[in-house]
Amino acid sequence: MPPRICALCKEARAVMKRPKTGQIVCRACFFWVLEEEVHQTIVSHGLFHPGERVAIAASGGKDSTVLAHMMKTLNERHNYGLELSLLSVDEGISGYRDDSLETVKRNQQQYDLPLKIVSYSELYGWSMDEIVKEVGRKNNCTCTFCGVFRRQALDRGAVMLDVQHIVTGHNADDVAETVLMNVLRGDVARLGRSTDISTANEGDSMVKRSKPFKYTYEKEIVMYAYFKKLDYFSTECTYSPAAYRGHARTFLKDLESIRPSAIIDIIHSGEALTIREDVKMPTLQVCDRCGYMSSGPLCKACVLLEGLNRGLPK
Amino acid sequence: MHFGACGRTLGGRVSEDRKQGVAKARVCGGMELLFDGLTLTKATVQGPQAGGQVEMRHVIAHVKDHLLTERPDLFVSGETVRPGILVLINDSDWEIEGQLDYEVQNGDVIVFISTLHGG
Repeated sequence: MPPRICALCKEARAVMKRPKTGQIVCRACFFWVLEEEVHQTIVSHGLFHPGERVAIAASGGKDSTVLAHMMKTLNERHNYGLELSLLSVDEGISGYRDDSLETVKRNQQQYDLPLKIVSYSELYGWSMDEIVKEVGRKNNCTCTFCGVFRRQALDRGAVMLDVQHIVTGHNADDVAETVLMNVLRGDVARLGRSTDISTANEGDSMVKRSKPFKYTYEKEIVMYAYFKKLDYFSTECTYSPAAYRGHARTFLKDLESIRPSAIIDIIHSGEALTIREDVKMPTLQVCDRCGYMSSGPLCKACVLLEGLNRGLPK
Repeated sequence: MHFGACGRTLGGRVSEDRKQGVAKARVCGGMELLFDGLTLTKATVQGPQAGGQVEMRHVIAHVKDHLLTERPDLFVSGETVRPGILVLINDSDWEIEGQLDYEVQNGDVIVFISTLHGG
């Protein structure tokens, strides 16, 4: 079989098929087109302004490693004028996060960016390993603690870095999965904002969050990391069974294998949904105890902490 | 075939027997766990007929039957890999190489990459 030629440069040998367009492209054109698509997403949504201090939420995994690499590349290529830094959360999970943080530390050297690590022990007085010892390995429960604590931890880390904007590595597959999850859970409030590319100043939080990879397929992120030989960490969390989400993910991957546009189609559906005015939405207020945004008098983190400190959740 | 870790290649001479589809394969992206930590190996895969051609479907069956140590459902689905696992043949996306029908050549390097969440 003769080698297939890149649909873009019409010269080099194609090495991959793009899931979004079906085009076959060579390595150099793939890097260029993927980077420029992300640039277009950034520009068309006006994600940044010159001089802005932006923290990249870095776990050491594929998405955030590619994000750090690409943010640095695009910031230099297109003169965004951003002051970039890496922000990591140490949940205190031995055999998982300690190893992935080593990857982040290498990324810090490789990309020459400042790094701030905030830990659950330091913020809450409990590491995830200690929480699991206390509440047992009931999986959903473990992930609830971790998820609630992480969101606040990133915001607090941003404040320590004096940064008002965090970018996360959520990709198109993640966004589509979240749309599905919110439908499956009947979580209308989250469904409404799950496709937003930026969530700015929700409640009392002064930290804006953006997803520059909102339209970037996971396959392309993994291929980019592989071809560029980026240094990333790829072990699943030792506590993560993610049962319900796992089903949504498998379903989505099955759909994608039949019709690759399914991912983007689900995102478009999510974007087009509007919530009827008479649907009751939770009202955001401020936590009495810690001042963080909350849907009740106490925020979820404070409720969970109270239980932990009293030894209730056994 | 060679099967092994992302970035590292174990040494070893590739067999000269063209009829047996001797290739290298690597697993990465978290799939090492399904292979008892194995990242790169070399394997000789035979097709259904002795001396006949060896296709990617035979390679996947071989990996499943001889190399996988746990949870085959996380690697295969029917005769192909589970959706979400990327396959590269000599650093080229198998989707442009004919996927299951690709005829394995002596010395080919096959890479399986999981797209598991590493978040």
